Amino acid sequence: MLLIPDSVVRFFHRMASPPHFYAFTERLMPWLTVIFLLLTAAGLYGGLYLAPPDYQQGDSYRIIYIHVPSAWMSLFIYVVMAIAGAIGLIWRIKLAEIVAISSAPVGAGFTFIALVTGSLWGKPMWGAWWVWDARLTSELILLFLYLGVIGLYGAIDDKRVASKAVAILALVGVVNIPIIHYSVEWWNTLHQGPTVTKMDKPSIHVSMLIPLLLMALSFKLYYLIAMLQRARTELLMRERNSQWVRTMVLENEQ
Amino acid sequence: MPLPQAFFALIRRDLVLALRRRSEMINPLLFFILVITLFPLGIGAQPQLLKAIAPGIIWVSALLAAMLSLDSLFRSDFDDGSLEQILLSSHPASVLVLGKVIAHWLVTGLPLLIVAPLLAVFLGLPGHSVGILLLTLLLGTPVLSLIGAIGVALTVGLRRGGMILSLLVLPLYVPVLIFAGNAVEMAGTGLPVDAQINILISILLMALVLAPWPTAAALKMSIN
Repeated sequence: MLLIPDSVVRFFHRMASPPHFYAFTERLMPWLTVIFLLLTAAGLYGGLYLAPPDYQQGDSYRIIYIHVPSAWMSLFIYVVMAIAGAIGLIWRIKLAEIVAISSAPVGAGFTFIALVTGSLWGKPMWGAWWVWDARLTSELILLFLYLGVIGLYGAIDDKRVASKAVAILALVGVVNIPIIHYSVEWWNTLHQGPTVTKMDKPSIHVSMLIPLLLMALSFKLYYLIAMLQRARTELLMRERNSQWVRTMVLENEQ
Repeated sequence: MPLPQAFFALIRRDLVLALRRRSEMINPLLFFILVITLFPLGIGAQPQLLKAIAPGIIWVSALLAAMLSLDSLFRSDFDDGSLEQILLSSHPASVLVLGKVIAHWLVTGLPLLIVAPLLAVFLGLPGHSVGILLLTLLLGTPVLSLIGAIGVALTVGLRRGGMILSLLVLPLYVPVLIFAGNAVEMAGTGLPVDAQINILISILLMALVLAPWPTAAALKMSIN
């Protein structure tokens, strides 16, 4: 605690209060949207017009500007969900619970996009819509893990209890994801090896890499926007009987 | 009562209860046998084909049988309130939960091991692979019970928990299925299977140590 500056601690304490969170995210939203639109425009322009075609795959490689960032996000969001769930379990912070469950549908969406774009790319490249390749399969299992989280949350009526259940499940899942990933990898592999995350020099040209990183950033912002919107409605739902929601609604009606 | 005594008393109690209600023991076993019988009927009785997919058939059926049997793990204790008593006791809930899972495996997992060699012979698995199949079942089915316990603990309070349970549990079963199925298949071609067996052992040890914690936490949440 001594290492963390006082202002940061105060920021987090204030963010844990629902009315403050609601008002703060409302002010944040236009900024996030503008940055997201700029990044997406720049990333797509760079990826679809400026970047040269691949010497082997021609123009069809360009789907990576959607596919790869989605695949990154699918894992990233699961980890965020587990961390938020753990914070909710340990410190009983309502907003962490809400962030955890609001992340799940967005993560499932990105996983689905990664699967669909992978399949579209696979048809001309591998000659099949679907192959039982390691990374495809573990992505599919990740989708099932997301659907399990969403299903469990929907099945429990008391949403505070449901959030706890979701947090436990997400933590179990996060321990299992590497095990599942490596077991599937070991089981079979056909997928093209990672080209960006190599520790030495990435084996992708810089004119293709920059749009890819821009798209990755833009997807992160999209996640933030979508997750916060879901969190805000979820928050209103849960706090519908509280004073601050009532005052806010009355003020808006006038 | 000291902890080891409480642990074994709980296992003993669950075993006695299971012996009084034999259907809970028999049903998963019959299901296992039936599903394996359905495969030759569905895909045709070519011996070569059956022999090739026998490890997969047996393991997938074991997975489904283990999942079906999970509901009986906490259901009756949840309904009559003894689960609450177990969690309220002064002993760590995770250790007592582990006792319940062990008893459950002895009742529903161990019988699968006893009939598996017979079914393996039906499907034409060579003698050497049958031994490896038994070894993988011995190492793998306790993992299924341990991981499954987390899923049941999360859903035991729900009226319609059955469907959601399969969605929660089956993806987590994937690593066991891969390594166990692969070990039996490799054994059939005469290749060494030490690596797969070692990995299964490590998965079992990890599940033994880690799985009781979330199970206990989820049960506390469910009886809330």
